[in-house]
Amino acid sequence: MIADHLPALQVVVPLLAAPLMLLVRRGGFAWLLATLVSWTALAIALALAFKVREAGTISYAIGNWPPPWGIEYRVDALNSFVLVLVSLVASVVAPYARASVAAELPREQHYLYFTMFSLCLAGLLGISITGDAFNLFVFLEISSLSTYVLIALGRNRRGLLAAYQYLVLGTIGATFYIIGVGLLYLMTGTLNLADLAQRLREVHEIRPVLAALAFITAGVGLKLALFPLHFWLPNAYAYAPSAITAFLAASATKVSVYVLLRFYFVIFGVPLVFGRLPMAEVLITLSVLAVVSASLVAVFQRDLKRMFAYSSVAQIGYITLGMGLANKAGLTGAVVHLFNHGITKGAIFLLLGGVALRVGSTSLARAAGLARTMPLTSFGIVLAGMSLIGIPGTAGFVSKWYLILGAIEHGYWGLALLLVVSSLIAVAYVWRFVEMAYFREPEPGAARLAEAPASMLVPAWIMVAACVYFGLDTSFPLEGARSAVTVLLGGAR
Amino acid sequence: MTRDLVLRVFGKLLIPFVLLFALYVQFHGDFGPGGGFQAGVITAAAVIFYAIIFGLPAARRFAPDWLIESMVGAGVLIYGGVGVFGIVFGGNYLDYFVLAHDTVHGQERGIFWVEAGVAVTVSGVMLQIFYMFAGRQRDREEA
Repeated sequence: MIADHLPALQVVVPLLAAPLMLLVRRGGFAWLLATLVSWTALAIALALAFKVREAGTISYAIGNWPPPWGIEYRVDALNSFVLVLVSLVASVVAPYARASVAAELPREQHYLYFTMFSLCLAGLLGISITGDAFNLFVFLEISSLSTYVLIALGRNRRGLLAAYQYLVLGTIGATFYIIGVGLLYLMTGTLNLADLAQRLREVHEIRPVLAALAFITAGVGLKLALFPLHFWLPNAYAYAPSAITAFLAASATKVSVYVLLRFYFVIFGVPLVFGRLPMAEVLITLSVLAVVSASLVAVFQRDLKRMFAYSSVAQIGYITLGMGLANKAGLTGAVVHLFNHGITKGAIFLLLGGVALRVGSTSLARAAGLARTMPLTSFGIVLAGMSLIGIPGTAGFVSKWYLILGAIEHGYWGLALLLVVSSLIAVAYVWRFVEMAYFREPEPGAARLAEAPASMLVPAWIMVAACVYFGLDTSFPLEGARSAVTVLLGGAR
Repeated sequence: MTRDLVLRVFGKLLIPFVLLFALYVQFHGDFGPGGGFQAGVITAAAVIFYAIIFGLPAARRFAPDWLIESMVGAGVLIYGGVGVFGIVFGGNYLDYFVLAHDTVHGQERGIFWVEAGVAVTVSGVMLQIFYMFAGRQRDREEA
């Protein structure tokens, strides 16, 4: 009986856990519940993914109002993949957060922190699972609002400014999205995504639809930090509490990418987006600019968290590049990179949380000789950094391989070459860490620094191990991505 | 304003009626304009009115901070709980049809509890915001 309600429970469990934490007002209880909820969400996501693979798309009518009138939760190969990613990241971050939060936040804020974490998780899962354009907006707001709070909780006072900056831009993004949805509703009279896709094919007055496309692109582009709309991201990631940086970097922008994929390929459709409009050229140009400029900026950062935040902007560039290529290989690369970059960045930021805890700062200068005092952490960052560069045998290689294949399929040899060259810039910034950590003498007095506590190191290393494992055994992410791409390109017909 | 006799007397006379009106708006929401959100705001307005006339400490004695914070969470739990009851009674999430012996009554019952949840959370949030703004200067002086 309960198996039929999994799509609803996927969102409801974290959503209802949040007020429960608020009522109990105990940090320890909130942490325990957040961890249990994340694990439950992962179990549900995996069960859904399995069910989708066996029996195809699942549709769930909220309140028993049949779609397209009521709100529908719709799980297919594409969003079940995103659900697994988000809940996987959450279930690694939640157990990690206990020690990290205890060090970074005053005691009376702990339960609020986990309340917000659960709400954010519910929001992100909701965005992924819902089949309703307006419901998607609601979840977008739930996840965004809780994210603003979480960023503002950061130890550094500048976190407040970063959160405010993100609040302004995030609100503009959400408003643009809802204007776009309003225009689509005007033209079709429906908010159900599947229904919308069908009815848009019959709309002949094209101009409002193009306006809707523009609004949704700009709005969602802000949320996913598409170059040049990425200005909120480096500050937000740099000043948020460590565990939150890892969670956001690995999941929040990825969910926004999913929204853009869904709208471009399933709702507006390839003929409109890439046939009538030069969106392919626009996306590829912006992505290349993102990859090159953000990677270069990352090389010159003096703070490790900021460095890898800029690297995130570049990596999102790879994902949107695959989207712009819009062929099978390119899209597979984009979807696989959603997953691979999620676990890679998750691993790096989790390890940096350990550095912040022991060293007290994530500035590059303070990382001198880190390999001696924190060997496991340093080695983990190097391994995950290799995945970021895309060295064969790591997860990052797989996605870059498919992106290059996609570029070559179009005959863009220059682009393929550029992808390889841009990886060299990634080598440059990862090398800066390696040089500091392995070839410099530790500062005097740093010798008594110890390795991060096991409760933080183990989750972080699970992510690092995943980077290597999914680089060698690519079957899970690749199979998931392939069937996701079938949904994307199948919807275009 | 605490020494202003006219305000104190009229405030005391008015506040019960404001609360009564909130209840009217809450329960009449099915047939006319109104519902949980508006009723929640009116309830909060009554407490804010009380705080303005009799001072913030008096209002905090009447509606302490822990109560306000619990209200924020409790309303969401009530709303979500109605949804879970839908599953328990064999329907979908937020399924009101199964909440009573026939569908119309089920819908009515579902909406009733959902609106109750909305009212609790909305008045909680309104008061939380008011307390935070009103208490800012005071907390700084105490510290």
